[in-house]
Amino acid sequence: MNITHFTLQEQAILIIAALVLFSSFSLLAQTRIISSIHAFAWQGALVAAATALVAFVANQHHLYISALLTLALKAILIPWILHRLVVKLEIAREVETVVHPALVMLGAAVLVAFSYYVALPVEKLSLLATRNTIAISMSVVLLGMLMMVTRRQAVTQVVGFMSMENGLFFAAVVSTHGMPMVVELGVAFDVLVATVIFGVFFFQIRESIESLDVDRLNRLAETDESAAVAEADVAGESE
Amino acid sequence: MADYLNPQGWLLALLQTLLFVAAAPLLVGWIRLLKATLQNRRAASPLQPYRDLIKLFGKEPVVADTASVIFRAAPYVVFSTTVVTAAVIPLIAVNLPTAAIADVIVLVGFLALARFFLALAGMDVGTAFGGMGASREMTISSLGEPAMLMAIFTLTMTAQSTNIAHAIDFMLSSGFVLRPSFMFALFGMLLVAVAETGRIPVDNPTTHLELTMLHEAMILEYSGRHLALMEWAAQLKLMIYGVLIVNVFLPWGIATRLTPQALLLGLVTVLVKLMALAVVLAVAETGLAKMRLFRAPEFLNLAFLLALLGMLSHVILEVGA
Repeated sequence: MNITHFTLQEQAILIIAALVLFSSFSLLAQTRIISSIHAFAWQGALVAAATALVAFVANQHHLYISALLTLALKAILIPWILHRLVVKLEIAREVETVVHPALVMLGAAVLVAFSYYVALPVEKLSLLATRNTIAISMSVVLLGMLMMVTRRQAVTQVVGFMSMENGLFFAAVVSTHGMPMVVELGVAFDVLVATVIFGVFFFQIRESIESLDVDRLNRLAETDESAAVAEADVAGESE
Repeated sequence: MADYLNPQGWLLALLQTLLFVAAAPLLVGWIRLLKATLQNRRAASPLQPYRDLIKLFGKEPVVADTASVIFRAAPYVVFSTTVVTAAVIPLIAVNLPTAAIADVIVLVGFLALARFFLALAGMDVGTAFGGMGASREMTISSLGEPAMLMAIFTLTMTAQSTNIAHAIDFMLSSGFVLRPSFMFALFGMLLVAVAETGRIPVDNPTTHLELTMLHEAMILEYSGRHLALMEWAAQLKLMIYGVLIVNVFLPWGIATRLTPQALLLGLVTVLVKLMALAVVLAVAETGLAKMRLFRAPEFLNLAFLLALLGMLSHVILEVGA
């Protein structure tokens, strides 16, 4: 469906959808933990705005509640909890190095194109005006996954996970005008509980490996690996 | 569509180009005035760039012994290419015969030609500053050009023509449509324009002796009328990017018929739009600091990403299934 057939409000939904996609890209590009949390908050606010607009255009009153819930949880409460955690863990100013940032961005663009092709047949089944944005919501999910893959910090991985949830919620809103209220409430509180549990986990991880770099979880030995190899060599020679 | 044998159209196109060239220093003067006001300095008159140009034209150019023909020819080549570029862009009226001379891709080529000679002239004398400036300028432009072309392709995919006049016609006829792709392309273009015209945060236009300067480093050896032509060409380039942005993305008010009333309206609206764009530029320049040269690629990568997102969102959101 061509954009000129849409009303101005529907065009505004498309604009916000494009901004949600952009916020996913900016999440991928942020190297500071604090800025990625802020970018996540912006994404939540944009998804809430899109939901409210869909509610207005489609005249679906229950979506206003979802929009309010999204705004309260994803744009305010969860970012606030994460922000407090990061300050408490004293990693607020830490800069995370991303390996090959330009390559990650290019991969992200490829993922967007991929989700467009995957979503094409799905879009043909839908009659809603917002069906073009299904591909966008799918790419938000995939970009969140890419963020979890490329990052080593536990906190940014959680942010990536939450942004995947944003994408799923957005997909539900634009493709079927939202899930049943019970499901939505359940998911919302699940996410909130997940944040709290992640918070506890951060402290546990840091206590046991003295860092939030999850790559260090791969090491089994307490000692340095190279030292262990050297020791083994010495042991082999003495035999 | 324009009538190519209409002498009135050609006359208007000529007048429009003259106006374009004559107004460029005024735009720079206006931006300087705004910046000075924002920074609590006493501002020079907006006509100051004209006085500088007149003063420079009256002075004898001093040329280094090591300079070759390229050094002497470069100011004329750079200035004339920039004027030809200005002639192609619709300023107050669309559908003038000159619009058919070149499309946007040729326009980018004109700008690249001017930049090529500028860089050559910078290297010609053999001073360290010139070579450094040329190498930096080429680094920036090699990253900026793909971003600009990508933004332009986003536009042309929507308008289905690479001709600027056709694109403006298309925008006018389709009315007010909120297009996500245009939003991204506009921001991408703004970033590229800032980088290519040597404004803060990529280059500082007011500097004269700094290790980090770009444009000034290349024209450091020029004096007299050569310097005047180079400066004027730089001012024209700023105006070209400004007019391109305001007239392609917000074309409302531009004259589509060649009646005196329509032309007057076109003149007034383009002036208002350019003045508003200058306010945005001045506020941005006052608020931002010049970034390190090594961060310039990141800045231009952002521009490229925005342009790419513009293209993707055109395909995904606007054409659709």
